[in-house]
Amino acid sequence: MNKETDQGILTSESIQIILAAGTAAPTFKLQFEHGKFVSLEDFRGRALILAFYPADWSAVCGDQMALYNEILPDFTDLGAELLGVSVDGVWCHAAFAKARNLKFPLLADFEPKGEVARRYGVYRKADGTTERALFVIDPAGTIAWSYLSPIELNPGANGILAALEELQAKKGSK
Amino acid sequence: MSLDSTAMLKLPVSERDHIQGPAHAPVILVEYGDYECPICGAAYVTVKEIQQALGDRLGFVFRNFPLTQMHPHASDAAQAAEAAGAQGSFWEMHDMLFENQDDLGREQIARYAESLGLDATRLMDELISGTYAKRVRDDFRSGVKSGVNGTPTFFINDVRYDGPRDVESMVAALNASCAEAD
Repeated sequence: MNKETDQGILTSESIQIILAAGTAAPTFKLQFEHGKFVSLEDFRGRALILAFYPADWSAVCGDQMALYNEILPDFTDLGAELLGVSVDGVWCHAAFAKARNLKFPLLADFEPKGEVARRYGVYRKADGTTERALFVIDPAGTIAWSYLSPIELNPGANGILAALEELQAKKGSK
Repeated sequence: MSLDSTAMLKLPVSERDHIQGPAHAPVILVEYGDYECPICGAAYVTVKEIQQALGDRLGFVFRNFPLTQMHPHASDAAQAAEAAGAQGSFWEMHDMLFENQDDLGREQIARYAESLGLDATRLMDELISGTYAKRVRDDFRSGVKSGVNGTPTFFINDVRYDGPRDVESMVAALNASCAEAD
């Protein structure tokens, strides 16, 4: 076991632990279109949903992204932006987004492969893909909620909505 | 905060719902579905067989979960069923739409309304002006909050059913819930 410390989380070659609520969200800068990048810092002051999924085109992912596409106006109403993340490259993402009419960016965790997923503790080394995992990051850049889904199950959006509603309630009570 | 592994129906079955069979049946099956989704089309046939098998021990509720970005006619179809419901023919239109999944354009919907003996002009006016758009969206939202993660999603007595969707498996699950309710 080759243990190493990365962003304060103990990781190993094969097993990773998903970052928990209360942890500062690791920074990232990834391409979402050829030559265009977004970074965590771009979302300061707003809530951010990061949806890691194993691959473009697989059936369950399609359902999950289709569902989020549909519920996007509700995420926006709750003051949040949504980013999908997988290890697929930008051209693959572009074709997938076009085929499914997706209205939110898909980030390519492509080179070095899965680096951002590793920072969040959601890389599957054996498969060479990310886990199916959700993060809600608060406007200050702290993880407010995280969830690791069984890889074959679409986790839906109820957990995300509950986390966003809790953030709104906190903001309201301040 | 953790996500409950068992997703529960957040909006209880009530008078706002369309229900086939007794409202106080020992087992209530709720489906969140999309008229343009082929898997829901297959489930439509399954549900008919399940209804035959359980008879008046089963109440069946259908709620709208149109994936409109993927299925261009799904929202119209859902609203058409609601508009038909306002004329007392929700289930007739529900069946008509599922039996004609590949023909859900507005012209066809108007024809279906006529063939069911409905006031087609009123139904189309309500469709075009979005009279039932909010109702459909409310169904959709209640589904998302309850953990609907694709179509169709079923709930048996308020608990999401994640098992196989063949008649035999579903009848067994429904019978088990029936036995618990007795």
